[in-house]
Amino acid sequence: MPPSDALSEAPLRHVYQPLPHDSGAKHVQGAAEYIDDIPEPNGTLHVAIGGAPVARGVIRRIDLSDVQSAPDVVAVITAAHIPGKNDISPANADEPVFAYERIDFHSQPVFAVIAKTRDAARRAALRGKIEVVVETANVSVEQGRASGERVLPDYAFIHGDYAKTIAAAPHRCTGTLHIGGQEHFYLEGQVALAVPGEDGAVLVYSSTQHPSEVQHVVARVMALPDSFVTCRVRRMGGGFGGKETQATQWAVIAALAARATGRPCKIRLDRDADMAMTGKRHDFAVAYSVGYDANGRIRAADLDLDARCGCSADLSIGVVDRAMFHADNAYYLPDYCIHTERVKTNTVSNTAFRGFGGPQGMLAIERVIDTIAWNLKLDPLDVRKANLYGPGRDVTPYGQTVEDHDVAPRLIEELERTSNYRLRRKQIAEFNARSRILKKGIALTPVKFGISFTLTHLNQAGALVHVYQDGSVHLNHGGTEMGQGLFQKVAQIAAEEFGIGLERVHITATSTDKVPNTSATAASSGTDLNGMAVQIAAREIKARLSKFASGAWNVPEDLISFRDDRVFIGNESVAFGELTKKAYEGRIHLSAAGYYKTPKLHWDRDKGKGRPFYYYAYGAACSEVLLDILTGEMSVRRVDILHDVGRSINPALDIGQIEGAFVQGMGWLTTEELVYDDKGRLLTHAPSTYKIPVASDVPPDFRVALFDGSNREESIYRSKAVGEPPLMLAISVFAAVADAIYSLNPGRPVALDAPATPEAILKAIGPVDAVAALAPR
Amino acid sequence: MTRSVLQFQRRGRTVRIGEFLPRTTLLDWLRLQERSTGTKEGCAEGDCGACAVVVVRERDGRLVYEPVNSCITLLGQIDGAELITVEDLADDGVLHPVQEAMARDHGSQCGFCTPGIVMSLFAHYHECNGATSRDKINDALAGNLCRCTGYRPIVDAALEVCRGADDQFTRNAAARRRAIAALDDKADLFVGDERAFFAAPASEQSLAQLYARHPDATVIAGGTDVGLWITKKLTPIEKIIHVGRVAELAGIENTAEGFAFGAVVSLARAAPVLGSIDPDIAEVLRRFGSIQVRVAGTVGGNIANGSPIGDLAPMLIALGASVELRHGEKIRRLPLENFFLDYGKQDRGRGEFVRRLLVPKLPPATRFRAYKITKRFDEDISAVLAALRVTVDGGRIADARVAFGGMAGIPKRAKTVEDRLRGLSLTDTGRWNAAAIAVAEDFTPLSDLRASAAYRSRVAGNLIIKAIAEIAGADPGVTRLSDRRTVADAAE
Repeated sequence: MPPSDALSEAPLRHVYQPLPHDSGAKHVQGAAEYIDDIPEPNGTLHVAIGGAPVARGVIRRIDLSDVQSAPDVVAVITAAHIPGKNDISPANADEPVFAYERIDFHSQPVFAVIAKTRDAARRAALRGKIEVVVETANVSVEQGRASGERVLPDYAFIHGDYAKTIAAAPHRCTGTLHIGGQEHFYLEGQVALAVPGEDGAVLVYSSTQHPSEVQHVVARVMALPDSFVTCRVRRMGGGFGGKETQATQWAVIAALAARATGRPCKIRLDRDADMAMTGKRHDFAVAYSVGYDANGRIRAADLDLDARCGCSADLSIGVVDRAMFHADNAYYLPDYCIHTERVKTNTVSNTAFRGFGGPQGMLAIERVIDTIAWNLKLDPLDVRKANLYGPGRDVTPYGQTVEDHDVAPRLIEELERTSNYRLRRKQIAEFNARSRILKKGIALTPVKFGISFTLTHLNQAGALVHVYQDGSVHLNHGGTEMGQGLFQKVAQIAAEEFGIGLERVHITATSTDKVPNTSATAASSGTDLNGMAVQIAAREIKARLSKFASGAWNVPEDLISFRDDRVFIGNESVAFGELTKKAYEGRIHLSAAGYYKTPKLHWDRDKGKGRPFYYYAYGAACSEVLLDILTGEMSVRRVDILHDVGRSINPALDIGQIEGAFVQGMGWLTTEELVYDDKGRLLTHAPSTYKIPVASDVPPDFRVALFDGSNREESIYRSKAVGEPPLMLAISVFAAVADAIYSLNPGRPVALDAPATPEAILKAIGPVDAVAALAPR
Repeated sequence: MTRSVLQFQRRGRTVRIGEFLPRTTLLDWLRLQERSTGTKEGCAEGDCGACAVVVVRERDGRLVYEPVNSCITLLGQIDGAELITVEDLADDGVLHPVQEAMARDHGSQCGFCTPGIVMSLFAHYHECNGATSRDKINDALAGNLCRCTGYRPIVDAALEVCRGADDQFTRNAAARRRAIAALDDKADLFVGDERAFFAAPASEQSLAQLYARHPDATVIAGGTDVGLWITKKLTPIEKIIHVGRVAELAGIENTAEGFAFGAVVSLARAAPVLGSIDPDIAEVLRRFGSIQVRVAGTVGGNIANGSPIGDLAPMLIALGASVELRHGEKIRRLPLENFFLDYGKQDRGRGEFVRRLLVPKLPPATRFRAYKITKRFDEDISAVLAALRVTVDGGRIADARVAFGGMAGIPKRAKTVEDRLRGLSLTDTGRWNAAAIAVAEDFTPLSDLRASAAYRSRVAGNLIIKAIAEIAGADPGVTRLSDRRTVADAAE
């Protein structure tokens, strides 16, 4: 039930409104400034990277004399030029800025060249000679697994005598699934501009989701106190997790270059370098063994999730943990072993990507559910429903109780009805019975996604709010804008609190000198955390203003309210700007730093128990696909989505997140294929070879609705996080493809791997007699 | 007559540039020289559209608005045109209708692809004659990647706004047309010196002489391939001959036996003509690159670069096309299939250029089929392209020409498949498979990032069977995911 305060609220002026993105008008005019658009300070130099020619080996010699002598080159830097620690890793001290003894992946940065123009730097970088004693590279998950190399120890959630329960179950199934990785393909590539300052200080403009980490790592590498480094970013041209840790290295190199030359230095990776040198979504190899009853209800599950982490730990601890946290999706597992291996490979270190491991864990259990349904010849939706959390079946594999287990069933029932699932399944069966070459499939899959950083201490945020004498507001917080509309939502919150128009709120760049010690804008947490911090700051200033007005007008504080650009004080009212002017003259402090930390969280990783999540966000999608069994070509025909964002602070932005995440997830599971050769070289390193969805891939019939719900927890305006959860709605597309394939051989489980490219689909279909399918009957 | 200054229209005045590095891209000129940073670089290979700008030229008596990828368009290529970028659309602070609709409908999130999307839609706004549709917008946007929105609001915005052009550009059309026409001096453009230059001859004679004198020069037409040598391989190209202004190479002739395309006819201009031969050709060309690639890329360029995966060559080989080449004063003609010798090697001498493509129409009783197989439907390079021209006589295949792309180092005929098809009765389904499995005798395809050898061979064989079945009467509505063939037939 929605909490009572949500029901009794007066209509709000900004919050809950479908307002446009704050930068929309600038975006469409090319007037929104990204880092490469900032007018370059006088004398700015440009940096390009020289990368490793092989994926694994020991460096014998680095000869950069031809680089140094190339036209317009000012300096060349390597690991030897690093004054502090040669380490860009977020936690594990296992990833260098520049490789210096060993090469761990193909294209790993070895040196940087600094030149007068970007063109000169790129050309010079090609002239480096890096001699390596080559070792055999482990490229695939399987190779890495066989080698026994890990970036982190194995980890598991285990409960009950799962093996015995499986063996004793009325029905059992086993299977494997390979899940491909995904390139972020933010449209704006990695970029940083470092401007040297006094006393060794440096200001770094970085397209990063995590300015504080950039600050700290720049300081670490430069052997500076943190306070001498400032990191600033107004907006990114897309992030999706790909700029959580992956922006750091380039900011560090720009800062090193600025120090080496004493001049401002800019680095902007070209697309090929960006794709070869920065991490991606983890590929997973999944193996499962499950015992279940005649209704398809799981009694015990043994899931093995092995991740290709790449050459270092990066964020793999959290990513692979989150795969485990979501290997239940919305389903109750009585006994289980959810076991993970964090496999080291000689590939770029995989990293955060929208969903952060959750999508892979969820895809695994959804495949399990489908396999059960296929074996029992049940409708997969019925098996899904039979396994949902419910009364007495409400504890997750990590010990958190699902208190709102009623949401998923209600949401699924509603979507089942509005998407007309049952009738369409029947119609599809009829279609498939008469269509020999084209086959349809349908699937309705749910999403339950835990909201909070699973590293509990990250669940904190700060904000800095200034009110000037004229009543205009300078808004700053620790969150970063990557297109998700965070700044707009937070501005709505600030304007709502002060009761003023949005035009009075000035949104400013995220900067580590305004709000320190921030967390990455990640884990869908941006609005939850920063919105709260801003609200707290605004309320603090408002409290001071109220107290001042109460004294000045001699009216009790509870008769003072802020709305419609005015402050109502008893029977009188003054313009907000008039009160702030008076308050200033009354020596009232009109600036506040807000601070918020998420309540109720605790997580004991050693025990594998606790409450890592403040709440869950839910959703479900029903997808219908059509495929050609002779070519494997596939088209998504219709998608219905119902998604739970609690009470939406901005329905337009939230729908934008849902649609965008769904399409991105659909790309991951269909056309987006990362292909490495056996030497560990990424072959798909540009949009000509790596295919993200285009406009025509979006289903022609695409129906998206917000679930009418609230947040049982005291989140900002009872909203729910939306950045990541809807990506996993795209699992319905993958399941629908499998459903279409299943129709060819009912009763036989489908071994479809992700992504479901035409080739993967044809492989899963197996041999087809094309003549029989096409010959006239 | 030779001109040594590049000239184009921009923001109501003529820009004249007498000195520039020949390989300078339009995007670098915009961002680094003019300091117009609204136009973005997303990939530098013409695949993402973040850098799209609109180039306006006069053609067939009207102004034509074409979106191009400025990242792989060379500065010199816009000689004589009007250049419009995203900063130019708002009129005295009032958003252009396309911009207004995009902003209102939440068509941007991170905003980095947005300038390119706005420019592609701006071109569509002017070119769609007020008659757009979801499919047409999808085509107009196939070359624009957006990673945030999922496109739905962008397409909705376009549907709302592309209902007839009325903006500052239509209002100033007459003056703009005069200004563009004034630049059309028919002079050869030559900027630079004998060591390094950007040249754009205006006549075939000038081209023949210039290329014979500089056989080491790089010839570009659309630049959609050479542009990548510059931006990706960093090839130090010094001498560039742009053939796009050669009037004699820009024509399309329609004769009794077929069409003759000048080498620099763009794929966009050729598409409706080639598409009139068969709807499958129209459909392949609809999916060929993107609008940005098709307005720049040319029929001659797509042949001359000898790509094993170009979509045009296999279709033209199946049709029995020939290619005409010229060196100095010498002109020769050869069947197109003989032009491709080996991977990366064509029968083209130093200083010799592709002049024309001669494409026969379908003789009576012949059928044509083409299938383009890709990971992603739009703007993707084919894993396999199959093209068949089959002559049917009394329920039997009398003759067949079958060509494939993606199956060998060059676009190539499937001679064994053809042999097995000849004489095949369309109702003799027991023999269909023999033709299909002959693919294995004709080709040993490679495994690469697009597909494995096994997939290519299997699909190639299946496509042969699919073509036979369709020619035997199977309804493409039940044999294809997207049946534009029946739609086209119905429209006729």
